[in-house]
Amino acid sequence: MTSPVSPSSPAPDRASHTTRLQAIWENPSGLGMLTVVNHTTVGLRFIITGFIFFLIGGILAMWIRSQLTFPGNDLLDHKTYAEAFTMHGTTMMFFFAVPIMEGIAVYLLPKMIGTRDLIYPRLSAFGYWCYLFGGILLYSSFLFDAVPDGGWFMYVPLNSAQFSAGSNVDFWLLGVTFAEISAVAAGVELIVAILKTRTSGMAINRMPLYAWYILVMAFMIVFGFPPLILASILLEIERAFGLPFYDTALGGDPLLWQHLFWIFGHPEVYIIFLPAAGLVTTMLPTFARHPIVGYNWVVMAVIATGFISFGLWVHHMFAVGIPLLSLAFFSAASMAVAIPTGIQVFCWIATLWSGRTLMTTPMLYILGFLFIFVLGGLTGVMVALVPFDWQVHDTHFVVAHLHYVLFGGMVFPMFAAFYYWLPLLSGREPSLRLSRIGFWTIFIGFNVTFLPMHLTGLWGMPRRVYTYMPELGWGPLNFISTVGGFVSAIGVAILVVDVILHFVAGKRVKPNVWNAGTLEWAVPTPVPPYNFASQPHVDDRDPLWKNPDLPREIQEGRHLLSHADVSRREILMTSITHAKPQAVVILPGNTVVPLIAAVLTSLFFIGFLAKLYWLAAIGAAASLGALLVWAWQNGSRHDPGDLDAGEHGHLPLPHKLSLTPGWWGTLFALLADGTLFISLVFAYFYLWTVSPQWPPAEYREMGLGLPLAAFAVVLLAGLAASLADVCIRAARSGWAQALYAGAAVSGVLFIVLQVLALQGSGVQAKAHAYGALIHTISGFQIVHVVIAIIMALFALLRVRHGYLHRTRPGEGKVVSLFWQYTMLQWLLGFATIHVFPLVVGGG
Amino acid sequence: MTAALTLLTGCGGVQSSLAPKGPAAAEIAHISWVMFIGAALILLLVMVLALYAVYRAPDKRVPVAANKLIIAGGVAFPAVTLTALLVYGVWSMGALRADPQPGLTIDVTGNQWWWEVQYQRDVPSAGFITANEIRIPVGVPVRLRLHSNDVIHSFWVPNLAGKMDAIPGRVNSLVIRADNAGVFRGQCAEFCGAQHARMAFFVIAQPRDEFDAWMAQQRAPSAAPTSELGRRGLEIFRDNRCMECHAVRGSDGLAIDTRRGPDLTHIASRTHLAGGTLPNSRDNLKRIIADSQGVKPGSRMPSFPDLNADELEALAAYLEGSP
Repeated sequence: MTSPVSPSSPAPDRASHTTRLQAIWENPSGLGMLTVVNHTTVGLRFIITGFIFFLIGGILAMWIRSQLTFPGNDLLDHKTYAEAFTMHGTTMMFFFAVPIMEGIAVYLLPKMIGTRDLIYPRLSAFGYWCYLFGGILLYSSFLFDAVPDGGWFMYVPLNSAQFSAGSNVDFWLLGVTFAEISAVAAGVELIVAILKTRTSGMAINRMPLYAWYILVMAFMIVFGFPPLILASILLEIERAFGLPFYDTALGGDPLLWQHLFWIFGHPEVYIIFLPAAGLVTTMLPTFARHPIVGYNWVVMAVIATGFISFGLWVHHMFAVGIPLLSLAFFSAASMAVAIPTGIQVFCWIATLWSGRTLMTTPMLYILGFLFIFVLGGLTGVMVALVPFDWQVHDTHFVVAHLHYVLFGGMVFPMFAAFYYWLPLLSGREPSLRLSRIGFWTIFIGFNVTFLPMHLTGLWGMPRRVYTYMPELGWGPLNFISTVGGFVSAIGVAILVVDVILHFVAGKRVKPNVWNAGTLEWAVPTPVPPYNFASQPHVDDRDPLWKNPDLPREIQEGRHLLSHADVSRREILMTSITHAKPQAVVILPGNTVVPLIAAVLTSLFFIGFLAKLYWLAAIGAAASLGALLVWAWQNGSRHDPGDLDAGEHGHLPLPHKLSLTPGWWGTLFALLADGTLFISLVFAYFYLWTVSPQWPPAEYREMGLGLPLAAFAVVLLAGLAASLADVCIRAARSGWAQALYAGAAVSGVLFIVLQVLALQGSGVQAKAHAYGALIHTISGFQIVHVVIAIIMALFALLRVRHGYLHRTRPGEGKVVSLFWQYTMLQWLLGFATIHVFPLVVGGG
Repeated sequence: MTAALTLLTGCGGVQSSLAPKGPAAAEIAHISWVMFIGAALILLLVMVLALYAVYRAPDKRVPVAANKLIIAGGVAFPAVTLTALLVYGVWSMGALRADPQPGLTIDVTGNQWWWEVQYQRDVPSAGFITANEIRIPVGVPVRLRLHSNDVIHSFWVPNLAGKMDAIPGRVNSLVIRADNAGVFRGQCAEFCGAQHARMAFFVIAQPRDEFDAWMAQQRAPSAAPTSELGRRGLEIFRDNRCMECHAVRGSDGLAIDTRRGPDLTHIASRTHLAGGTLPNSRDNLKRIIADSQGVKPGSRMPSFPDLNADELEALAAYLEGSP
């Protein structure tokens, strides 16, 4: 039912309704703050932590600039300099840009789509802790004098055990991977939140463009991060256990690292840029006082950017000696990505052109963004031209280019967003004068730093050199850049002071101070943890422009989920395209489980780092245990009646649906998981193609008997788990339990058979990359089967306790989804490592 | 304009991609200027449009058909210019990578943090090895085969050509040609560890006859020391086990084929020492031996602080082949 709002009668007692909501959603104080799962709080934690990392990364940048001020400067030695640029890049990319953009999305998105919280609040909190602990782990390297110093791109063999024996590289690999768990978790959560929890009536062609940007970004995270996670896992295995993947002497290839790194690394740039562009697209129409021109154009452009960005990675590798035909392809793709960007720029200009612009501080930052970002985009087109790139690649020209794109394309919109949404947070306005001084200082400082740096690069100064000679003539340009760097640092300091001061001295402002059209401005200030007293029904892209009374209606409980006997955290689950209400989801409250799970996960990483593998094993097992506890608490165990959703009548709890929120989350998590596995298979085929003597002749004779038996067994197990799901629906819980037990036993049998198959083949894991990959691919599958077995046993217990039942079949569907994935994965894995060599290798 | 151009290309000319001295670099410099000017115009256009849209009073603004603006500015214009650029880029890339019949092939191997340069590897009797200095005849296309002994390096002489990586387990190829005689500085462009900053080399283009004379001189082994000082230097060289890393081809019975450090045969003929770190002179040579870790911290070469001034003098005299 997507009829326009016909405000029903207000909830009986409005005041007590919001009081009760407050009581249910409230954050505890004191130590209890560690249990908070609410998106507003978690989002702010991401933003503040990310900003602190931005300041730390900025200090490292000042180290770099100071060292390069004069030729032959000896302020920093080569080691400290390498640490500075490695940590600067790593911090800015992994601990500032991605997390803060996700944090802003976590904070804003639910408000913009008219819901009360993100769909997996505990996962949000878990993601935050993983991010924080990953950052602390990385920075603890300073205490052990083992600061990563091999570049943020960690090329091998420079960062292989042979040339980097210390723990420096391990700190990087483990710290960054830890934090990436958080990125992927947030990616999955944001996808499901956008697809399934938009408020009633917010059809997909009506949702705020910011949601489109975040949706594409989240999908890019799901597909983009796994290749790097895999590359890091392989490098860590190579360093810790000696399985060769990147060592040419043993059938590996250092370029495998570069491919995997940049398959991640280029989408990464857009993972950072798209949400920032989304912020611009949200703010700009407000100040133009005109709806965005070309909504559909923007949607198409954003989706196109997402696709194209996965086809550009080789433009970071134009100088590695790749055949001309592939160079031409990647050059074309790199230029093509300029077109969707151009479309967005002209949509912004057309919007300004159609409206009457109000010049404000955020608007100033947007114009600054436009100048810097367009310039960076133009130099980006230049480096997409292969011959030009052969000259400027790995020089300061590229340093200038990437800072124009990232500082211009991401930091400026972020500052604009700070100024734009601070009044929502604080109810106050920053100082107009101070904010403008801050803007001009940053803008001028930035350009003074990086505009001359293009020339520094063209004059031949490579990146990552800690010293240079006076006769090369780079001194004056570097001096100017350093001055500019410190000017922009002062600008950032002014901004920080301005933001802090505004909380105490800022002028109080009315609600919706900018007269914006999007729903987050319907939320009262200070922001209540439940956002909306009732979830609005929406029938326009700019609901507040269409109905300025909406905030009052929401507050008075005249929309959805405003029933009086509210006793749990409730949000709406709606259909993907039309946002038709389908169910009322009951969200978990504050809990310490995410923190405990993250602490236990960090035990795993610390154990690995300290080479205490028993500790790592305990950490892995314990965090798995915590996740099981978490899962056990899930879900409804009895059947309350349908819930009163307000004007839409009664809605069921999602456990009655077969596609529960948990199912959707599992689906998208499996997309990331599948990408991880496909990256692994890519590594196998890549090395097969490029590495000479592959596979080693003696390895081709591998029997097919045992692997075939193992494959058959895993198919059986998957079938059993799927049948169990059917039996639950048919109320045959005895059968279901038997089938789950059968699946678990078959899973164990698979592991035994596959291990026997590997041992029988005589393929060594450490002698050659071929053996290393076969063992890793099998190991990857075994890990999945172990998890699948645990899930089957878990489901068995749930059935036995009567929690998993005909009227609550959701979890069975999740378990069978995971088993089906595991089957599919091994279809690919089995074909790759057992069938393919027989077909091809014999020739 | 001319003054600005001179400033842009002139000041940083030592190692500048904007001061081309060979056909490959000239081609790229040409396209660079086209792109710089084009980009400046596009940036100007976008900013003028944006500022016009913001600041021009709405009633005085030219009315805009939004869709047309988006199609013209966001789709048509970039599609046309980018296609033209791409076609040109692919064509010039092919031309730059075309492998003409090279007049000479040289094997260059990246090491942490110096370059080994091997002439006529395929003709062992005529071949020889030197370090951090590549001499080529003027006007002749020279094919460089790029190798690496350890990590990834990148070979780059901006005045002559774009860069090409040297990757362990692979052989990449790069053709360079110098139009005129001259000395062109290059350096490693891929971060390769501690002394990445001091991994420079020089390409010296010479007229054919001078080049041939240099080849002949390099090919010859160094003569056995005749002076008392030189003989003493040789003894010190042996006593300190220098030959475990450095070869000196000569009649001194030390012909160990170890390539952990630069080949020191005819070191006196080179313009610089330690990967372009210091100009070549006897004093600098002594300084490097005594205090390698001070001159190039983190390098594989240990300092020899225990050698006294006389010993250093003798060692340097031996290496320089002075009688």
